[in-house]
Amino acid sequence: MPKKKKEWIAMLLAGGQGSRLCSLTGKIAKSAVKFGGKYRIIDFTLTNCVNSGIDTVGVLTQYQPHLLNEYMGTGVPWDLERIWGGLKILPPYQRQHGADWYRSTANAIYQNIDFINRYAPDYVIILSGDHIYRMDYRKMLEYHKEKNSDCTIAVLDVPLSETGRFGIMSTDPDGRIIKFIEKPKIPESTKASMGIYIFSKEKLISYLEADDADAESSNDFGKNVIPSILAAGENLYAYEFEGYWKDVGTVSSLWEANMDMLGPEPRLNLNDKVWSIYSRQDSRPPQHIGRLAVVENSVVTEGCEIYGSVINCVLGSGVRVMSGASVRDSVIMDDVLISEGASVDCAIVDTGATIGAGARVGAPRDESLPPFEVEVTVIGAGVFVPSGVEVTPHEKLIMV
Amino acid sequence: MNAAGLIFSNIHDTTIPELTRTRTMASLPFGCRYRLVDFALSNLVNAGITKVGIITHNNYKSLLEHLGSGRDWDLEREVGGIKILPPFITSYENASSDRVYSSRLEALIAVMSFISECSEEHMVLSDCDVICNIDLAEVIEKHAERGADITIVTKRISPKKLHLTPRVTVVRADGDGRICDFAEYTSEDGRKNEIEVSMNIMIAKKYYLIKLIEDAVAHGYTSFEHQLIGQRLGEDRFFAFGHGGYYALVNRLESYYRCSLELLDPEVRRRLFGIPDRPVMTRMLNLPPTKYMTGARVANSLVADGCVIEGMVENSIVFRGVRVGRGATVRNCVLLDDTYVGEGAELYCVVTDRDVLIKDGRRLSGHETLPFFIGKGVSV
Repeated sequence: MPKKKKEWIAMLLAGGQGSRLCSLTGKIAKSAVKFGGKYRIIDFTLTNCVNSGIDTVGVLTQYQPHLLNEYMGTGVPWDLERIWGGLKILPPYQRQHGADWYRSTANAIYQNIDFINRYAPDYVIILSGDHIYRMDYRKMLEYHKEKNSDCTIAVLDVPLSETGRFGIMSTDPDGRIIKFIEKPKIPESTKASMGIYIFSKEKLISYLEADDADAESSNDFGKNVIPSILAAGENLYAYEFEGYWKDVGTVSSLWEANMDMLGPEPRLNLNDKVWSIYSRQDSRPPQHIGRLAVVENSVVTEGCEIYGSVINCVLGSGVRVMSGASVRDSVIMDDVLISEGASVDCAIVDTGATIGAGARVGAPRDESLPPFEVEVTVIGAGVFVPSGVEVTPHEKLIMV
Repeated sequence: MNAAGLIFSNIHDTTIPELTRTRTMASLPFGCRYRLVDFALSNLVNAGITKVGIITHNNYKSLLEHLGSGRDWDLEREVGGIKILPPFITSYENASSDRVYSSRLEALIAVMSFISECSEEHMVLSDCDVICNIDLAEVIEKHAERGADITIVTKRISPKKLHLTPRVTVVRADGDGRICDFAEYTSEDGRKNEIEVSMNIMIAKKYYLIKLIEDAVAHGYTSFEHQLIGQRLGEDRFFAFGHGGYYALVNRLESYYRCSLELLDPEVRRRLFGIPDRPVMTRMLNLPPTKYMTGARVANSLVADGCVIEGMVENSIVFRGVRVGRGATVRNCVLLDDTYVGEGAELYCVVTDRDVLIKDGRRLSGHETLPFFIGKGVSV
């Protein structure tokens, strides 16, 4: 196999802890959190890479990597087991002159400049493993080339009320970025950065090296690298993406994104065969829906056994809902047992938890509230909620 | 494990022509997401066997696609793994093209080189028409302990269960488990007592198996069961091993339908899929989870991934990628992969092969004893 140079490679930042996801990321990296019944969050970005024709993806891991590493393996489920390139897991490592953790986003890429250079790519796309979206990066690369850009940032038009959560770009009519403000109080535009950057490789390396040499810098793409590129007057363009995109960094956004899969015309439709999401699958028997079960407006994965009522839910594999139990507006991860007569409302129940008979978790959804204001109850992995106990919204039960 | 496996993928094809017209018995879809070979393969792999030869004869495209590199059964190996053994022209003397591998014995003669190259002491021979989850490690251990030449796995059943079975091999053994009679039995024989039937799974000492095959070639024998085993019962050490778990024999459309619906019994599912450390493995397909829409009514059914259910489904087995439209009713049916049931259609006791399209409002019905079958890719 000739070691041909690559036109572009992806660097996927998957080392984040995701502390706002509470106990859901107690033992696993944020990118490895279960999503949509049978996926993990990172599947979306990996699938985007493969479907965009990117065959080399360096995945930077640091926080709780075991499950994530095992899950990715050699990249087979995403067709990324390749002789030259493919999926490569990049943990922090020791060098001749010391060793360091990945201190921040830009520093993590900086520490892997040698990896990038091995493939001699013309372009590098920087991605993060904690967003739910489907995007053809090829179109963004085309745009980057067409504009003769040095760095292109994907942006999404967000509601004015949400601009305070994002890095906001102001552009000229040609799409050139003229101003960039991280989490502005008074926004000048509604174009929010999606944390997706395409760099021409030489520019990336020179700015990363300059950033590393700057003792004042906190080595963050959004805070430091992009502003210094802008200040230097380089060609910095915004690529406007239209479609579904969600940062699932908080409990309520994770819940909301799962709920987006439901309904007659779901905002997030995973049954679309043109861009089906790849994931590592589990060998489980088919799901069994019992004689008196009610399953409506829900997504159910293999190995589930449903004897109770499941409405507006996303169920992972091997979930058991016993008779008389009611689960509504909830995300239930793998191998959870919901015992007889228990009720679960507006909750995220993590892998392997048990809800005892007659226990009540969460409170029924208040339909007058918008989705992002729903109070979501979280039950941590492996937690046992004893029979008859009531867990009210906002309580977070975690395994001790 | 000091044993290698050998799976016969085509041997019972003729018994169920509706479903094997375009595929092997081994690749017959069963239980929402499996194919029959999955049971044979999983039994071998769960016993720690890592080398499996799969004898194919014809129609094996679907089987090859299903098996791939063997990865899904953890059989993608440098040493051992899955070896596909397709027919080749000079497989045995006087071969004529229309008679390639027509019997078990001919197939064995043709794959002699695979058998003799195995360094394992025992061979596990398995057909694909039997659905079971069996601890083969225990069978092999017992086989070795008894110093058996051949051990045949048997199941005690009531003749009532056989009413749909054209023929089975009945095994009679003495108190020590040594086989004293081995004969074909037809359902017309009208026996009343429970009988011990062969499950078409046997363990043979490798050298003994080679000796048998060489002997068959020398004498021009054609039947493995009768001429080889039957004639040696007195001299050689043939034992029976009774299987206590679930067993189903698929040999007609009616029995395929019956044992498919039998999966709705939780006890059957527990004995087939719920045994700790003995999962049934199958090919992974990248499909989204199944979606139940508002207004869906599903009761007592097994459903695979990738389906979209808007109508009513009751007492049915629904394979991957099936769509049941709004207002449709599906009762006592087996719907294979990607069947599309249009809005308002009504199906009762129907078996659809893959990619069947039932148009809006169609009403089709079979009977509990004889399902209405719709072939692959047909539109109604």
